[in-house]
Formats: sequence, C-alpha cells, structure tokens
Amino acid sequence: MTDLWQPSARELERQETRRSMSRRSLLIATVAVVVFFGAVILAVVSSPGWPNVRNTFFSVEHAKASFPEIWKGFWRYNVIIFLIAEPLILVLALAVALARQARAPWLTPIRIIAVVYTDLFRGIPTLLLVMLFAFGMPALQLRGVPNSGLFWSIVALVLSYGAYVAEVFRSGIESIHPSQVTSAEALGLSRGQTMRHVVVPQAVRRVVPPLLNDFVSLQKDTALVFVVGVLDGVWAAQDYGNYNFNYTPMVVVAAFFVVLTIPLARLTDWLQRRMAERERAGAR
Amino acid sequence: MSEPVLEVSNLRKSYGDRVVLADIDLTVSRGDVICLIGSSGSGKSTLLRCVNLLEEIDDGVIRFQGQEVSDPRVNRREVRGRLGMVFQSYNLFPHLTVLDNITLAPRKVHGVARAKAETRARELLERIGLAEKATAHPDRLSGGQQQRVALARALATEPALLLLDEITAALDPELVGEVLAIVRDLAADGTTMVLATHEMSFARDIATQVCFLDGGRILERGEPERIFTAPEEERTRQFLRRVLPA
Repeated sequence: MTDLWQPSARELERQETRRSMSRRSLLIATVAVVVFFGAVILAVVSSPGWPNVRNTFFSVEHAKASFPEIWKGFWRYNVIIFLIAEPLILVLALAVALARQARAPWLTPIRIIAVVYTDLFRGIPTLLLVMLFAFGMPALQLRGVPNSGLFWSIVALVLSYGAYVAEVFRSGIESIHPSQVTSAEALGLSRGQTMRHVVVPQAVRRVVPPLLNDFVSLQKDTALVFVVGVLDGVWAAQDYGNYNFNYTPMVVVAAFFVVLTIPLARLTDWLQRRMAERERAGAR
Repeated sequence: MSEPVLEVSNLRKSYGDRVVLADIDLTVSRGDVICLIGSSGSGKSTLLRCVNLLEEIDDGVIRFQGQEVSDPRVNRREVRGRLGMVFQSYNLFPHLTVLDNITLAPRKVHGVARAKAETRARELLERIGLAEKATAHPDRLSGGQQQRVALARALATEPALLLLDEITAALDPELVGEVLAIVRDLAADGTTMVLATHEMSFARDIATQVCFLDGGRILERGEPERIFTAPEEERTRQFLRRVLPA
C-alpha cells in the first residue's frame, strides 16, 4: 500500500515517551542487578571465614595443579558414559512408553513388563542401582559380558533413567488430543502407523524441555560411578583433595559439569524456538 | 450529549511494511452498537485488538471514557478492566468450571467477594439460559453454549464497552442464532458495543451504525438501512453482492 504517512506530532511524542520509559526500565534493571549481586558478594567476602574458604575452595594454584587429572577423568568417563548412555536411554524409554500404550491383547505381557519395570527402577535410588549392578552382576560370572564396573554402571544408569524418561514420553503421548488419533484412524492408518507418524512426533516435541532436564540430571549422575571405583573426574578431584587437604578440585569439577550442561540447554532452546516459529506462525 | 465512550482518531497500525489500519476515525457513544463489516483481512479484528490495547499502534489517538489510552504510560490492565472482549474461538479456560470462568476476573481483578461474584455469575447464567451448567467444564458444552458463557464472562465485570470479534464465525449455523439472540438482548438493553461480524442481516437489525472496512480503512459508514440498500462506494456494493443472498 502506498501512502505518504508522516508520524503525527502526538506519535513522535509517544515514541519519545516509549524511549524514555525503556531507558528508565534499563536503568532500574541495572541498578537492581548491581545492588543485589553487590550485596551478595559483599556478604560472602566480608564473612569471618572467607579467607579460609578462599584458600581451601578457590585456590588458583590447586586448581591449576589438579586440572589435568580432573580433565582426563571427566573426559574419559563422565562425558563418555553420558554419550553412550543417553542414546540407549532414549531408545529404551520410548520403547517402554510405547509398550505401555499397546492395546493388542497378545502384547499384554509386554505391557506388564513395562509397568513393573518403571515402578521398580524409578523407585530405587540410582546410587544403589549402580552399586547393585557393578558389584552384583560380575559375581554372577556370566559369560560373554564384560565384568567391569564401568560397563555395569552404564547399564544401571540406562535402566534407572530409562524408567524416568519413559514416563516423560508417556505423559507426552497422553497429552496429544484424542482427535489426532481419530483423524489418523479416519485416514486408515494402523495403530502403529498412527503412533509412528502422528502421535509420537508431536509428543516428542512437547516433552523436549523435561527431557533436557533428565539429560542434565544424567550428566550429573555420571559422577555416581566413582563409588564403584571408576576413576572419573569426581574421583580425581577427591583423590587430589585427600592428598593435599584442599577442596579446590571439587569446585573445578563442578565447573566442568556446569560448562557441559550449558551448551545443551542453549541448543534445546534454539530447537524449541525454531519449531515454534515453523508450526505456529503468528502465535505469541 | 455526554462525552463519547470511545473515540478513535487517525489510527494507524502496521506490521513491518504491511499497513493493516490507516486513517481510522470512529466515535462510539453510550448505547451505540457499531458493526464492522468487510472481508477477511480488512482490519476489523485488528481494530478491536488495538482498542483493547492488545496491539501497539503506530499512530493516532484512542480515547476511552475521556482518557487517552494510547499513551504508553497508561496502565493497560486498568483500562482492560473497563472493557469486555469476546473472541471468535471462545477462549474459555478449560481447567475451570463455567462459574469459575465467569467469576475469575471479578474476584481477582476487581476484588469482588466470592459470594457476590457467584450470585452475579448465576444471574448472568440465568440470563443466557445456562443456569444448570454452572459447575460444568467448558469442554462439556456445545460451541454455542461456550460462546454464550464467554459473553457472560465478558459481562461479569460490567464493562463500559463490549468488543465482539466475529463471535459466531466458528459456530455451526444452527448454533449462531442462540448467541446472536443474546447480543440482540444486550443491544436492546442499551449495552455499548463494537462488533466485527459476517452476519449481515444481524448487523442490519441491531447496528446503530455500520462501518465497511476495506484494505485497513473505513471506506463507508452510515445507518444500516442506507449501507445495505444504497451503498455509495463501488467496493461496498461488490462486497455486499458477494455476502448477501440474492
């Protein structure tokens, strides 16, 4: 449309008001941030025990000295365990969630297994599972499977998180409106096809945020393997601390975990936004 | 003559380069029923959304009950508390009962006591013929019933102006009548309303003024009798030929 619009005097005045309002918001935000965090930092630094805490937990030399071992343990175990366990968890969890949705009568045993599995493994503390598997399974002296603590810890993590994530998938599947299933059936799709092409794709999108939550949780729980003697980053930190009477390595390894989770969170945010833009044009 | 309820002058709204409203002037006095007609995309809904401060405008002035509400410093929530709006897709809250849907704003925004709000809500339900549905959840109701509840919800706060955005567009033809009957009653009671509608015979019956929007401008306006029988603009004639039964 071609029109020769010039903002009216009132509109120009209004734009100026909006600008000054946003300047004011920015100012308030800045002051609030400075005051709040300034007060927190001041409270910590001025506390009587701070010099002691700084030397024990935030010592630069100890951080540098412990870094190589922590890096090695963290990369070789925590990251690798996560990378192996996560895809297995997703596959297992989706399979369990779908098994619970199965309606065919001959699949009833599968449904029962799925229900019992989630109830059982969700109820046992992950730490206990890791110990039970890593110490108990090798004792069975099974042939053809590794007896290492690492292997069985991964199995324990997969089974424990599989139960959690299966429930996340199930809630996603159940949140899809029945009309979607009806319209898929009206097109002649089988129940399996309906799940595969209509329900699950929508459900997965919906549960991405809680899934990320469980991913992050799993990343942290890779630290549990040190109780069965896997020499991961946390073990390295503790080892160093015990020799040198300094806890700085704990802070270092904590920073490793944080750094590992942040890119994942940003990636998920980005994926979510892209999906929303593509599917919900105009919705805000 | 008292001061107008709503006064829109020189309103302009664009999304990027696309101008969706331009040079809109509209005055609504107490008891007026203004019907906005025009094809989809002509700007009817956007105009209503601008009045309800759901959209930031690009130019012009909106005055509501004597106050310039297009001023950025204005408290939008306070203004909306004096306006009622009903949407095409009902937008009832599915997790609340019909009664709670109606009493939510009176109780939480206007601080009305629960008992009083519920008495008033039941009166409104009585009036729209849904007294027995008070404890039902919205999804149990038909589209027409849901939209009647949405009307009751908008009326519960006793707004000075009611904005209705194509409230029958999503309904089955057989359910349109029950919703329009209520709007007709409201008009007869002197409720001030601005409504976007595709129901031409309804507009003809209840409007005090009809505005024909085309390409984001009010191309023609006047008494319904004149607009529907002797439109001056060629575009209006074309539009009416398309929508009116021959």
